[in-house]
Amino acid sequence: MSLVARHLEEGGIPTVIAGSARDIVEESGVPRFVFTDFPLGNPTGKPYDVEMQQAIVSTCLETLERAWEPRTTIQTPFVWDDGSNDSWRAQFMLVDESNRRTLAQAGDDRRNAQKAAKVKGKGRE
Amino acid sequence: MKDRRTHRSYVSYIDKSREYYGAQGYPQAYQWSYNCDVPFTVPAKPMSECRVGLVTTSFFDRSSDRHAVAGTTDKEPYAAQCDDALGGLYNKDLFWAKDTTHTEDLDSYLPINRLRELESRGVIGSLSKRFYGVPTDYSHRRTQKKDAPQILEWMIEDEVDVALLVPL
Repeated sequence: MSLVARHLEEGGIPTVIAGSARDIVEESGVPRFVFTDFPLGNPTGKPYDVEMQQAIVSTCLETLERAWEPRTTIQTPFVWDDGSNDSWRAQFMLVDESNRRTLAQAGDDRRNAQKAAKVKGKGRE
Repeated sequence: MKDRRTHRSYVSYIDKSREYYGAQGYPQAYQWSYNCDVPFTVPAKPMSECRVGLVTTSFFDRSSDRHAVAGTTDKEPYAAQCDDALGGLYNKDLFWAKDTTHTEDLDSYLPINRLRELESRGVIGSLSKRFYGVPTDYSHRRTQKKDAPQILEWMIEDEVDVALLVPL
């Protein structure tokens, strides 16, 4: 998505990204980024929290209007849970001794599925 | 909350995904996009006069394709009426924190209703009648040479002034 933002901007359309994968977006280098430190899935606010969604979208519009140079990142004040905002972080893409074998097996399964799909001729280009 | 930490708090998905796919037996780490130069265009008019275009990585229901595997996507960029998205979009095939949250509320990842409210209050000129979808199929070349130019072309057709992009 960052590459799309860069292309639109080069084409004369100002852009802002609303997202939660800060390192990926900032490494790619985008004009404007509104970061909410949430688990991936709800970059414009918690489900059914209209007030929060309105606040995040409004911040995006203000960032569009007010940023004066590229790589402008604004972090919204919201946290996913009370306190440390950490409960969800460790679980995502967890790799430890409890699941190493399962992950290796999942990799083998996916490679086999990809091989089978290639034989069938699926996929773009 | 006051605290001290030895690591940054926000998740590095570049680090996490490298370790995760490494554990799945992929020897070659994904090459993420990295750029020093960043383009920048200033809006030509106030937000209250701008038409806003929304870009998503979600697609319409692809129930026939639920078992698609990474690297074999046949998704193409698309433009569709905002009204047609109000029932929700399909994104179970994308990578997000499915154990922690859900995407049953469209406005948590594609804020069509929120932008319409802002339109009715005069904060923005209008929301483009169409929104735009782009595949996340991990090919920089395809995104840069094919998908992004297509989205730009649709936005020019729709006279979009500024874009809000929301990757899941």
